[in-house]
Amino acid sequence: MDFSVLIGDIPTLVSVIVGVPLVLVAYIVGAEFLVRRLPDKLRPQVRPWIWVGPAIAMVAAFLFLPAVATFIQSFQDNHGNFIGLQNYATQLAGFPTGGAWIAVRNSIIVWLVLYMIFVLIFGLMMAVLFDRVQYETIVKSLIFMPMAISSVASSVIWKFMYQYQPPGETQTGTLNALVTFFHHDPVAWLQDQWPNGIGILNNLALITVATWGLTGFSMVILSAALKGIPADLLEAARVDGAGELTIFRRVIFPLMMPTIVVVATTLVIFAIKVFDVPYVMTNGNFNTDVLALRMYNLMYLSHNYAAASAVAIVLLVAVVPVLVFNLRQFRAVEARR
Amino acid sequence: MRSKWLRRSLVLSMAAVFTTVACGTGSSQNAGTVHFLGVWSGQELTNWLAVLKPFEDQTGIKVSYEASRDQDAILTSRVAAGNPPDVAGAPSPSLLTSFAKQGKVVPLNDAVDMNALQGDTAQSWIKLGEPLNDGKLYEIFAWADVKGLIWYDPKNFQAKGYNVPKSWDDLMALQSQIKNDGTKPWCITVESGSATGWPASDWLKEIVLSQSGPSVYDQWVAGTIKWSSDPIKQAFQTFGTILGPNDSNVYGGSQQIIATNFGDVGTPMLKSPPKCYMLNQASFITTFFTSAVPGVTPGTDFNYFPLPDINSQYAGAHVVAGDTFSMFKDTPQARKLIQYLTTADAQAVWVKAGGKIAVNKNVPISDYPDPLAKEEAQIIANTQIAKYDATDQMPADMKAAAWADLVKFIQNQGQLNSLLAHLDSVQATAYKS
Repeated sequence: MDFSVLIGDIPTLVSVIVGVPLVLVAYIVGAEFLVRRLPDKLRPQVRPWIWVGPAIAMVAAFLFLPAVATFIQSFQDNHGNFIGLQNYATQLAGFPTGGAWIAVRNSIIVWLVLYMIFVLIFGLMMAVLFDRVQYETIVKSLIFMPMAISSVASSVIWKFMYQYQPPGETQTGTLNALVTFFHHDPVAWLQDQWPNGIGILNNLALITVATWGLTGFSMVILSAALKGIPADLLEAARVDGAGELTIFRRVIFPLMMPTIVVVATTLVIFAIKVFDVPYVMTNGNFNTDVLALRMYNLMYLSHNYAAASAVAIVLLVAVVPVLVFNLRQFRAVEARR
Repeated sequence: MRSKWLRRSLVLSMAAVFTTVACGTGSSQNAGTVHFLGVWSGQELTNWLAVLKPFEDQTGIKVSYEASRDQDAILTSRVAAGNPPDVAGAPSPSLLTSFAKQGKVVPLNDAVDMNALQGDTAQSWIKLGEPLNDGKLYEIFAWADVKGLIWYDPKNFQAKGYNVPKSWDDLMALQSQIKNDGTKPWCITVESGSATGWPASDWLKEIVLSQSGPSVYDQWVAGTIKWSSDPIKQAFQTFGTILGPNDSNVYGGSQQIIATNFGDVGTPMLKSPPKCYMLNQASFITTFFTSAVPGVTPGTDFNYFPLPDINSQYAGAHVVAGDTFSMFKDTPQARKLIQYLTTADAQAVWVKAGGKIAVNKNVPISDYPDPLAKEEAQIIANTQIAKYDATDQMPADMKAAAWADLVKFIQNQGQLNSLLAHLDSVQATAYKS
């Protein structure tokens, strides 16, 4: 490791290590000092705002104001002149394969549906099944481990797994080695746009990578919800003669429904904003483009900031209903406690 | 009592921190630093650091090097944030030119010894570094690559009795001969992350230059001739005859072409028995040959012949590309670095390490490590019609669309007309912004 960068600038090092906690403490102490000067009545009204103040300021500065700026920029061209809805027109032109439509189709239909279903089903299945075994903790840790890997790293790993060599050559990718072992021709998982150029196979290959990374998350949350179901309910059902499958369908599943809905909506948001997996594996080629990647490429490959802003707003519009629904469900879960 | 003590110690420590911040930051050691942003990693990085070493030893200036293959994104955000590197080095001038057009790049006329530059470098390289045509030099070129070199394994050619083709018709005849003998004539690979498709664009621009000549080429670069016009369409179709119907002339077919990284293009050719006989790549590909297949020697195991002229009228035409450097912050240390990079001494270091050709004419031919490199250097020095890489000069939007559509062309040559129409529509808006 090259420590010369750290040691070369001791004043900065000191001001970061000592200064940051110092400023924090100073703010809190200073705020308390000021609040104590106020009459008793006002204190509970003022104090929360002082404590939440920095967080609100950060959200406003780094989230809200840039969002407003992007919204404004989406109605301008790259030089700042107002051009109305033209950016949206160019991006949404040429339905069904022109402009951003491939990205829209992939983000909002393929990824949203398939990713959500896979992660949810696998998570639920594993939560329910592992609840019944003794080695539950070990298996759950194993399934949860991929979450510790950054998605870029897992994309690189899976890119090796998906590698393709022409038929007749030694296969260097794990999956193609398996496939050729069963005497089938190797498949170019990332480039093959089966069926018929629509590109479900390679999108599925990408979704598999993202699923592998996030199933642990959904499993853990659903498992917690599962364990929250009172044991005597299940006992009562068994005493009444219900089979395990019926118990799952009639008792477990409905009682877990609020949590399932929350997890599902979170997954929908993840699916719509996915970026790193397609970026690393195909860069959006071969019909695997997604909205966030298209925005990034428009900005940095094409230097077309106005069009990128338009795509960003489209993405925002797609996510907002899901967000609202998610919040409502979250409140319902809290209320039930 | 306790809160008084707390308050006092707080005030004291904050004062201490502020003092250290005020005195500390903005310090420079010795002769200063140059912050450099480049793209090189691995072996290329080792060579680049070897180039910098004499500079650092002589001047005591430290070059703080950062690199990323995603240089476009990083440089764009840093320039927009007002925190650009002092000097940036890119494998093509298009990114740096776009910043020059925005006025973010410092002119180099005072930093560089212009008289020496005029004497040492071919005029076309200097012209290339003045993209705004206002007499101000914004970019310098240190190393060049020749494109349009057809690499082959001489042992394989000898074994099968093939001859190096001297004309385009000879090349087509050789192509069918190899095919009839049961192997694929070509290896082509175009995968390259976010730049996937660029080797195919190299094929296209070489064909355009050789087939339709320098003035059509220039119009194509400037966007004044459409993609669906006859010369460009013809170039696509010629590329199609190289690929063969359904890419049948290429090892592995379309899947292999688009799935395999550009650096792995030579591996099937250098196997025995070979899977293909020829490939088209720039001069830098030799480093990839030697790292992928250990023990191969230039000249014996791989050699090249220039892509034969399609139209004898434009004989001797070559597409070239080069490593570009620009200065974003005018500091004395950055000026010294830029000046150093234009000198023959600096450029010779990488030339000796292999894989690069110097732009400075004063680098002796004997510095080139192998006979192949020596020939490439002659080509750079003597070429009659040297044209800079076309898509690298086009607006970023156009370049990205060209690459993506060439990938689609490789997958299905039948959609040529709709691809050309799409490229026309991109051209209509890309050159405006």
